[in-house]
Amino acid sequence: MPPSFLLYALVGVTLLVLGLYAAISHAHLGRKILAVNVMGSGVFLLFLALAVRSGAGSPDPVPQAMVLTGIVVAVCATALALILACRIQAMTGRAYLAGEEDPEISS
Amino acid sequence: MGPVQAPDRGRRWGLRYCCGTLLCLVWGMLVLALFELPDQWPGLLPQARAQLARSGVEHPVTAVLLNFRSYDTLLEVLVLFLAVLGVWSLGFIEPGPGRSPAGPLLAALVRLLLPVLVLASTYLLVRGTYGPGGAFQAGALLGTAGVLLLLSDVPISRAWFALPLKVALTGGPVVFLAVATFPSLRGGALLQYPVELAGALILLVEVAATLSIAAALFVLFAGGRPQEATPALPPAGDDNGEEV
Repeated sequence: MPPSFLLYALVGVTLLVLGLYAAISHAHLGRKILAVNVMGSGVFLLFLALAVRSGAGSPDPVPQAMVLTGIVVAVCATALALILACRIQAMTGRAYLAGEEDPEISS
Repeated sequence: MGPVQAPDRGRRWGLRYCCGTLLCLVWGMLVLALFELPDQWPGLLPQARAQLARSGVEHPVTAVLLNFRSYDTLLEVLVLFLAVLGVWSLGFIEPGPGRSPAGPLLAALVRLLLPVLVLASTYLLVRGTYGPGGAFQAGALLGTAGVLLLLSDVPISRAWFALPLKVALTGGPVVFLAVATFPSLRGGALLQYPVELAGALILLVEVAATLSIAAALFVLFAGGRPQEATPALPPAGDDNGEEV
């Protein structure tokens, strides 16, 4: 019987890799931001899963604190990224970085 | 722009397959690493427990956040402030009424919910000293109160956006930096709180950080610097005194 933390840790790692793939392969800025958030959620899940190994009822407080800090940083980074993406769309009419080919056709 | 050439398209798909294969390898290595981890690992729990009595709080997570690893939290408050500066400098927004006045039901609901949110956030803040809770949860809840005000089009006095909002935004970093440097004036290291004062200092930092986080979340959600100059001031006395 595998230990119980392993399931959560595996889901966390999978989310991390899926998010990384989406962040690389999608050109749309909104999708990129969403993908980075999925990656972050995967890392948080992995951290919390690893923290549980310290014993029943009292997980390691250091990963918990780091995840708490990470959530706030992720929220403010996401907000700033979204506002920058909105600004790019307002100025260029496209929600893509300069130099990206027209993804409507190519994807 | 224009139609994408066929070789270009092929190259894009080639890149995608390459990157997908690489990431599958990364995933496999991470999974292998996970299976090699020991099932039981005390981590830093014994150290945190041993020093808990000297931290000034009773909850290990709060102790780690605001004492043992408080530089994390200090930097986090600064990052939040930086994000607000970025958003703040990108443009103005027009908060408050003007588009559509709040319906009577919505306005009544907001007036009912705001004090509850403020009370719950204060409770979470105080609870952080001995249980799950603390500045972030409290700040998030208080920020929700601000977002609720913003979304419901209830008239907010623009005076709130002049000094009070700026004081709340800068209060967190300023108070935290002051508290961080205070021990070094007494011959200690940065952020090395004296044991007898640790509880009070942590509470002070938490109150300032809560207000700062709430204000920051409000500005980040609003998406710009709230307009302070008042073309049309809503009737005085109609502003919600509960906001922060």
